[in-house]
Amino acid sequence: MTREEAAARLIAIMRDVFDEDDLQYDDSLTADDVDGWDSLSHVRFLVAVEKEFSFRFTSGEIDGLKNIGEALNIIVRRASQ
Amino acid sequence: MNNPFALSWNLPQPADFRARVSAMLKTESPEAAEVQRLAAFDLDLTGLEALRKLVSAKREWLAGQTGLTPFRLGIVSSHTVDYLAQALPGTALRHGLLLDVVMAEFGQAAQQLLDRDSEFGRAQLDAILIALDYRALGLSNPRLTALDAESALDAAISYAAGLAEGVRSTIGTCCVLQTLVPPAESLFGSFDTQFPGSVRAMIERFNHRVFLEVARDTDLIMDTASLASLTGLSVWNDARDWHKAKLPAAMDAMPLYAEHVCRVLAAARGRSRKCLVLDLDNTLWGGVIGDDGLNGIRLGQGSSTGEAHLALQRYALALRQRGIVLAVCSKNDEANARLPFREHPEMLLREEHIAVFVANWEDKANNIREIAATLNIGTDALVFVDDNPVERALVREILPEVAVPELSEDPADYVGILSRAGYFEAVGLSNEDLSRADYYGTNAERASLKKIGNLEDYMASLEMVAIVMPFDAVGRVRITQLINKSNQFNLTTRRYSESEIARFETDPGKFCVQIRLADRFGDNGMISVVIYDRAELEWSCDTWLMSCRVLGRRVEELVLAHVAAAARSAGALRLTGTYLPTKKNSLVADHFAKLGFTKISDLTGGGTEWALNLAEYQPPNLPISVLYSSSAVESAPQPLPV
Repeated sequence: MTREEAAARLIAIMRDVFDEDDLQYDDSLTADDVDGWDSLSHVRFLVAVEKEFSFRFTSGEIDGLKNIGEALNIIVRRASQ
Repeated sequence: MNNPFALSWNLPQPADFRARVSAMLKTESPEAAEVQRLAAFDLDLTGLEALRKLVSAKREWLAGQTGLTPFRLGIVSSHTVDYLAQALPGTALRHGLLLDVVMAEFGQAAQQLLDRDSEFGRAQLDAILIALDYRALGLSNPRLTALDAESALDAAISYAAGLAEGVRSTIGTCCVLQTLVPPAESLFGSFDTQFPGSVRAMIERFNHRVFLEVARDTDLIMDTASLASLTGLSVWNDARDWHKAKLPAAMDAMPLYAEHVCRVLAAARGRSRKCLVLDLDNTLWGGVIGDDGLNGIRLGQGSSTGEAHLALQRYALALRQRGIVLAVCSKNDEANARLPFREHPEMLLREEHIAVFVANWEDKANNIREIAATLNIGTDALVFVDDNPVERALVREILPEVAVPELSEDPADYVGILSRAGYFEAVGLSNEDLSRADYYGTNAERASLKKIGNLEDYMASLEMVAIVMPFDAVGRVRITQLINKSNQFNLTTRRYSESEIARFETDPGKFCVQIRLADRFGDNGMISVVIYDRAELEWSCDTWLMSCRVLGRRVEELVLAHVAAAARSAGALRLTGTYLPTKKNSLVADHFAKLGFTKISDLTGGGTEWALNLAEYQPPNLPISVLYSSSAVESAPQPLPV
């Protein structure tokens, strides 16, 4: 899976979970940039990603997330294992 | 079953789900039935959150629609219940409830429940769920002496009992208690069960003591421990999600958790299903009776398919014994369809177990409507089990309110699917439940008898005996059931909880009557409930309902005679009554007129108000003998063996 393919699937999940139809992917996206992204929807988002890509974030990975680009790096690495 | 949290009896969430919710959000006035259709899928948390937003945006509109029962639920908890709260309103639609959730702030259980002026005290809640986790009850550490274990348990029990009592007396509403889910980890291994201070043993005893020492008859129980063990403790408990967000269970478990909470609430409101409609070929037996013949179908000993179909019959029979009505809906020649019931030695289900037997070549949606009409229940009280996906799709399309479980290819899975789908959830079992299936049987006999002679002779031949009593503790479960289930013969369709009914028993401002009716075919059980508000000169009718089983038996005239006599001797001059129309109660639009009342006004919304001058009222001669009683125990007739 290429990073671009993963990004396309990831943004589809984000549109769904955060209920924002016109969200565009950008590595630097954070919760501050998205209205529907709060602490509650954040956990739903992580669970939706785990389901889509069939892996589980570790506690350390969850704690260390700074922006969506980092999440995508983890997805690409973990999903190809 | 790959995902233990899946609601696999529902169809999977469709790809265009969110688009359909968005479209409905833009509609001024979405059909309640269409909104409910969306809730019927196996939805994930994001899907349920979308539905929650829809419900919240359209609440006022949906509340005005029939078909949805409003319900206000409070939740107090020792941990994060936000996701449960998000999942609940969407899930509730699946169960006919329009749910409003109020959450106490984290750790504010006692403050909310022990103070009448708290947010909860003022919120007019229909019930409060007390969601506790063993980790917040001082039960997360093993105790090395039995004495320490006992005192830890005593403290946990008395805390839970205090909260429950707060719900019941300070807030004055229905209390929903949960059992505690044990952790997956053990300290010793198998020895945990024998060692009183192990976490597992303490939680087991807590759950046992909750039933004995905390729960009251009017409380509801959400058995979270059984649900968790059904999915597997090692997946229900999720250490990462607990550490991250103090989630008591895995995020993925929330839709299933919400589903089980809603089942209990819906059952308390009489919204559980009442009748199981069964297909025959490849559902009740393997093969096609019309092609394979009596000796060719697979049923019972000797084949695993035959055993699997027999297991479904055994399960259906067990449901029937606890009050679920069975019906058959099959595409077959009737003679062929009935043959196994009459002549196959392995059949457990016999014709006398089936209240309505429909076998013809018409479409099943029509036949199912016919079954509901014959039984005098709504189609939303039916579950339809059919191995054929085409028939399932047709019924879902035309009658979305009928529950139609997805079945697997293997009949061995049928019983498990039906059980996990939880359509027949109950919060109590009354004597009427236990003998309901037989009432329908004897009703069929009455129907055939009616063809002979005239109506008056028939009524006299029934040898009816009515028992008229004030409300009491013995009748409370059944009274609450009738109040929450009766739709057709129900003048005002006001719903009351069991705790409210308990209060009415001693309220001097209420005149409450329960009526039982027996005849020579058997005991019909409690069939009518009436609540009058008494004032000095005028008694007004708050609630008047009757089971449709005894329509046309002149019971309503008997009830009026009883109420009128009581009101007269209390010095009242007139009785008044109100008819509030719903989609289902047009049957009683003329109820008061037929009883000799005069219309005094028309209400907005189609309702009518009626009055009866007691000075002019003459009690009729009725073909029913009456026993008045103040106690159910002395005089209730025993159901006749059928």
